[in-house]
Amino acid sequence: MLKEGEIRIPSGCAISGIIDIKGDRFSGQEIVKSIALMHERSNGLGGGFAAYGIYPQYKDLYALHIFYDNLEIKMKTEGFLSEHFDIESAGNIPTTPVPGVINKPLIWRYFVHPRTYMVKEDFIDEAEFTSRCVIRINKDYNGAYVFSSGKNMGTFKGVGYPEDIGKFFMLETYDAYMWTAHGRFPTNTPGWWGGAHPFTMLNWSVVHNGEISSYDANRRFVEMFGYNCTLQTDTEVITYLFDLLVRKHEMPIEKAIKVVVAPFWDDIDRESKEMQRELKAMRAVYSSALINGPFSIILGYEKGMIALNDRIKLRPLVVARKDSRMYVASEESAIRIICSSPDKVWSPKGGEPIIALLEEGTQK
Amino acid sequence: MKIIDASNMYYRDLNTMIDIETLNEKNITVKNVCGQRYIGRGLSSGVKIKVFGIAGNDMASYMNGAELEIFGNAQDALGNTMNSGKIVVHGNAGDTLGYAMRGGQIYVEGNVGYRVGIHMKEYKEMKPIIVVGGKAGDFLGEYMAGGAILVLGLNLDENEDIIGKFCATGMHGGVIYLRGKQDLYKFGKEAVKVELEDSDTSFLKKHIDVYAKGFDKDLTHIDVNSFSKYLAINKNPYSNMYCLY
Repeated sequence: MLKEGEIRIPSGCAISGIIDIKGDRFSGQEIVKSIALMHERSNGLGGGFAAYGIYPQYKDLYALHIFYDNLEIKMKTEGFLSEHFDIESAGNIPTTPVPGVINKPLIWRYFVHPRTYMVKEDFIDEAEFTSRCVIRINKDYNGAYVFSSGKNMGTFKGVGYPEDIGKFFMLETYDAYMWTAHGRFPTNTPGWWGGAHPFTMLNWSVVHNGEISSYDANRRFVEMFGYNCTLQTDTEVITYLFDLLVRKHEMPIEKAIKVVVAPFWDDIDRESKEMQRELKAMRAVYSSALINGPFSIILGYEKGMIALNDRIKLRPLVVARKDSRMYVASEESAIRIICSSPDKVWSPKGGEPIIALLEEGTQK
Repeated sequence: MKIIDASNMYYRDLNTMIDIETLNEKNITVKNVCGQRYIGRGLSSGVKIKVFGIAGNDMASYMNGAELEIFGNAQDALGNTMNSGKIVVHGNAGDTLGYAMRGGQIYVEGNVGYRVGIHMKEYKEMKPIIVVGGKAGDFLGEYMAGGAILVLGLNLDENEDIIGKFCATGMHGGVIYLRGKQDLYKFGKEAVKVELEDSDTSFLKKHIDVYAKGFDKDLTHIDVNSFSKYLAINKNPYSNMYCLY
């Protein structure tokens, strides 16, 4: 089969996310119910979930979720893994047969710790070491794909409707303080297991409705910093942009958002002189990190989630709040089905981020 | 009156059920709606439907004369290419409300999303009207070719604006009335502010009155002379776009 990037099919999608900012954990049942309500927005060619807080017993280890096309590539990749990591635990990710979810790859999970001497030899930290290893596997080990590499979090995705993928991975058996979900309607490229959302790097995950017109400019930019866009699909570049800006360039998340949805020049002109200087500098230095095109995304990381629209809001996004829970979704009904009477419901403006972070001091 | 419980119903089954019921019954109440699409699509005059819950996308698309009353919020593209009829929303409505609307009236009690009234049009006696009680998002009346949009700006906080940016971008017909005065930078270059005439104030009075009655509000304090009126500068701004002259 021709995979992403090898063929173009001339996007509708669904996204949904829930966080409990107090850090209380809850099962995947609600997020599956929410994304299932928007069944019509997907076409069965991709569904996936990111869950934060699911591996408290291994919270200091990187959880690698890997798809393998066959046993041969699995053995080869495991050779690489055991060379670079101490593997605390390994096994396949439990799944259950679901009609409509077919052609599954081998789906494995490893809880690992980077080999200390190798990290020290390279003068880098463990996160950078792990991210380099992930990029290397995805680039050089054809038939192996690391689709999740964070700590105390994991993504679960595949080809099928999201509600079927949720059943397939038995998400009701996991408890997380934050869930995001995606239902895919691929229009540019065919659907395959690795191409389903979320796209991740370390603790970052992104689910996305829309398409990134600036993809190639963004891709060239992140590739200068060692990333490799192996999936030929636009969404992965958003993940790498945030990893680059926040983890590597140590930019506060609010500023990173201002980079990817930079205010229009006309709007900058109406700001104070001081603010103008800052915004113009950011647009100049990070012009290639501006994300253009229609999108609504939910970005997840260890601190919480951020929902964001493109600047002229070419994709839908609704937000609701109820007690310590924040909900975001492509449609209000997808929130109401799991939270019938929220305290507040609203639609953010284009380019206006909804930042829902865990409360300070919350145990993650 | 027939009552339909839409709980957990697939949108196609729900719409088929409404189709069958409307053969005999002209007053229908649909309860527990949660995102089902296309309710009231193509529905002809003489039928009245009350919807309780969250109205799904493209509700009342191509509607042809029916009356819909929604008790709850409406999602995106309510009244998409609607031909005639009346829609009353006791709540907010989403993006692209009245998309390419050709006739009829839509009254929304609260706020509306982006691109409301995009490409609405008129022909002879067919003049669509959208009345918004609260505020509207960016691109209000984008590519508007006919009809009228009226935004009342009720119950807004101090930091909330009655419209977003890019209002009336590409406008080449119709009229937009906004309460109060607006900053010029919020408009596309295709629209121009003009003075109110007597016909405008009577039009405003009439529709504010319908709004007040429909939502049971006292709006006698609203001064119709405080509205700003916007028209298209040019009825055919793109006629030379693809030809050299």
